Amino acid sequence: MLTHLDRLEAESIHIFREVVAGVKKPVLLYSVGKDSTVMLHLARKAFYPAPPPFPMMHIDSTWEFRDMYAMRARMAEESGMELIVHSNPDAIAENVNPFTHGSEVHSHMWGTTGLKQALAKHQFDAAFGGGRRDEEKARAKERILSFRNEQQRWDPKAQRPELWSLYNTAKRAGESFRAFPLSNWTEQDIWQYIYREQIPIVPLYLAAERPVVERDGTLIVVDDDRMPLRDGEQPEMRSVRFRTLGCYPLTGATESQATTLEAVIQETLLAVSSERQGRVIDRDGGASMEKKKQEGYF
Amino acid sequence: MVATAEDLNAYLARQDAKSLLRFLTCGSVDDGKSTLIGRLLYEAQALYDDQLAGLADESRRDGTRGEELDYALLLDGLAAEREQGITIDVAYRFFSTEKRKFIVADTPGHEQYTRNMVTGASTADLAIILVDARKGLLPQTRRHSYIASLLGIREVVLAVNKMDLADYDEAVFSAIRDDYLALAAQLELPNVTAIPLSAVNGDNVVAKSTAMPWFSGTPLLPFLETVAPGSDGNAEQPFRFPVQWVNRPSRDFRGYTGTVVSGHVKVGDTVRAQPSGRETTVERIVSWHEDLSSAEVGQSITLTLADEVDISRGDVISAAADPAEVADQFEATLVWMGEKPMLPGRSYRLKLATSEAMATVKPLKHRIDINSLQNAPARRLDMNDIGVVNLELDRRVAFEPYAGNRDLGGFVLIDRITNATVAAGMLQFALRRSQNVHWQALDIDKKAHSSIKDQRPCALWFTGLSGSGKSTIANALQRRLHSLGHHTYLLDGDNVRHGLNKDLGFTDADRVENIRRVAEVGKLMVDAGLITLISFISPFRSERHMARALFEDGEFLEIYVNTPLAVAEERDVKGLYAKARRGELKNFTGIDSPYEPPRNPDIVIDTVEQSADAAAEKLLAELSARGMLAIDS
Ligand SMILES: Nc1nc2c(ncn2[C@@H]2O[C@H](COP(=O)(O)OP(=O)(O)O)[C@@H](O)[C@H]2O)c(=O)[nH]1
Repeated sequence: MLTHLDRLEAESIHIFREVVAGVKKPVLLYSVGKDSTVMLHLARKAFYPAPPPFPMMHIDSTWEFRDMYAMRARMAEESGMELIVHSNPDAIAENVNPFTHGSEVHSHMWGTTGLKQALAKHQFDAAFGGGRRDEEKARAKERILSFRNEQQRWDPKAQRPELWSLYNTAKRAGESFRAFPLSNWTEQDIWQYIYREQIPIVPLYLAAERPVVERDGTLIVVDDDRMPLRDGEQPEMRSVRFRTLGCYPLTGATESQATTLEAVIQETLLAVSSERQGRVIDRDGGASMEKKKQEGYF
Repeated sequence: MVATAEDLNAYLARQDAKSLLRFLTCGSVDDGKSTLIGRLLYEAQALYDDQLAGLADESRRDGTRGEELDYALLLDGLAAEREQGITIDVAYRFFSTEKRKFIVADTPGHEQYTRNMVTGASTADLAIILVDARKGLLPQTRRHSYIASLLGIREVVLAVNKMDLADYDEAVFSAIRDDYLALAAQLELPNVTAIPLSAVNGDNVVAKSTAMPWFSGTPLLPFLETVAPGSDGNAEQPFRFPVQWVNRPSRDFRGYTGTVVSGHVKVGDTVRAQPSGRETTVERIVSWHEDLSSAEVGQSITLTLADEVDISRGDVISAAADPAEVADQFEATLVWMGEKPMLPGRSYRLKLATSEAMATVKPLKHRIDINSLQNAPARRLDMNDIGVVNLELDRRVAFEPYAGNRDLGGFVLIDRITNATVAAGMLQFALRRSQNVHWQALDIDKKAHSSIKDQRPCALWFTGLSGSGKSTIANALQRRLHSLGHHTYLLDGDNVRHGLNKDLGFTDADRVENIRRVAEVGKLMVDAGLITLISFISPFRSERHMARALFEDGEFLEIYVNTPLAVAEERDVKGLYAKARRGELKNFTGIDSPYEPPRNPDIVIDTVEQSADAAAEKLLAELSARGMLAIDS
């Protein structure tokens, strides 16, 4: 009998193949985080011995951890897939950053707008994302294959019913899908799977001594010298790790001594706060995630 | 908890070995569904501290339970719902215990209920049917249970909630349970487990309730942890593998990828590609980094085959010794989900496993009244209606009846214009099976003849003036029926007079005998299961009446080919009217012998307005609407 991880893996692989069979130009959204890493692994399994028949694309805010850029290069090399990197040119021109523009504008410009630009520019008609239904209440209701209109908007009231393992990939020109092969995974499943498959992850998930400042109750790692320090802020070395990754000035670290994958899993099993608490962005307003999704955020 | 790396490995192995149970909760509004699921999440410690803190805040602000935690708030999702205070869709929740992982589909009870519940039920192993102890079974309970049974859910938990408001009274519980067991028997729901609960107080949710010492059964969560999940039942079935994608990275590799939906496969097994029927053997079972020697139900794999067989997406690779059925016509049950109604005759895109086809509904046999569970006549299906239909596909596909295999029997219909998913369907069986394997030749009566032909035999009695078009229309109709695979025979007046009735003339008495003999022959043919077309002028009401009396109710259809004398005479295909007018032909109907038009014909054909082919199509539609072209199960 298959274990639950085998079943989750098989379901995700099935979804990858169904979407590829049903659309013209899919793309894997690759953020370098652990969910993206698992996605990439599953995609490679789904089409083995061929490489996945789609490129991977990183929506790059230019504000990400240096370790992530290193990992991105390595994974593109290993997978044999084409890597597309897109950074919103308007955001570059205006030098958008979390400090002068605030987290909301920052993530909207680099993330939401950047993603839309990239999808439109390359005319991708399906984008694989690593969203999970256990992440956030609004996600619990999203489909595995989520339909977007010409404006790439999600309408929570006009979702196609999803029955059995049948995915309706019919659409008109200009319309597209976001596909979520990890919908039925939980954070714990992700860690267990990484461990079982020995998938390489960015070292940021493991605890290490890093330069940290404490800002509004969140531990921020000062990853490069672009971060303006406030009065009295003095980075100090603390043993921290990340449960989720994004732009370094917006991603809160957790204090931890878990320097190995085993130790991280052990801590995760005992986790006392849910994953998104580490993301500053989700705290702006109660139903913010849903609003962002309607606008096209992943 | 976990102390060392060694323990961690053991712990992870235990986690990984957990099985998965997918269940669905259904109830009417306010039965306590959200509270119950919230409670399960809470009790299973699926909530993190910050979620609990949020819940406490929200309970105080928006909750219905004063200072206590309102577990229902955990399930709120979309902002729109929060404003309206309702849940509008299917939401999935996750939790796990030491024994098992759970995925809960939560489907709310509002107008879109049928559609939502069917969606949630399509992937569920078990359904929890909630009933308010004070209200007992409601019409909704019947509906939910019917849908659970329709979607093939074998395990049902009857959760009798709010026992705290019914004084934890055993009699209340027993009465509801007994009512429900009667309903379950009617619906052929095999396994029902009734549990008295109080979702708010936690009675019998995780631990045995001290308030209900009389209950000797297992509380809800321990029951969910131990009940056998139905989804592995396909392991015992023969091997089926719908091909998703042909993997061709280079000239020397050609693999077929897919998920094993039933049975298992090993290297060297003989397999059959369906619908083509070509056989070959499995050469390799390819998976990441290493080949497998065998694979089982649920695994996503890539097969290579010993011979070059033309296989593409949508084909099914099956155990050669026990292949799937292949057909292009089915009886199916449809749950309509589209905004616009389903109309018979319109074509939709059908998606079954990995195959696609154009499907036309012909005919809609009946609607199922979900409250009374009775069949109701219907001309269309509206959103949330359930109906039984015949489906005609533009190509043959491999399939299994839904009851035996959800993956090869469950399909969706997609609107060709809007691309919306407009129906969920379950294939029941193929129509016009070329061989009926399970047929036992014991008592070969009309029913047996009819069933092997998959049609309801009938006598189509065409009456009308000479030259009215009877034979032309009957001939056209027979051609259509024949091309659709029906078994027919056309008794034509002129032809019969060449043999059987060559001793008869055209006196009134001979005309009566002529009709009597033809009616008797027609009756024999109907008994043989044939759709029998009888084309005779048959001018007198009384003999047509006599003919009708030989047949069972509904078996005899009087078709009046209504052509005015002037028109028939003008056509005069055989030159008979001219002869009769010249007096060379005696007793010619319409000239010197009367024609009595039918008073209540079953069908009237106007040949002035429509062509013979159009008339034949109309008749075909009539036959189909009357259920003549397939047998009711
Ligand atoms: N007394 C009592 N009230 C309950 C019980 N279960 C739910 N309720 C209350 O019934 C109301 C409706 O519950 P809710 O879970 O929102 O119902 P839903 O519409 O089925 O999801 C709420 O006020 C609950 O607190 C129970 O077992 N006992």
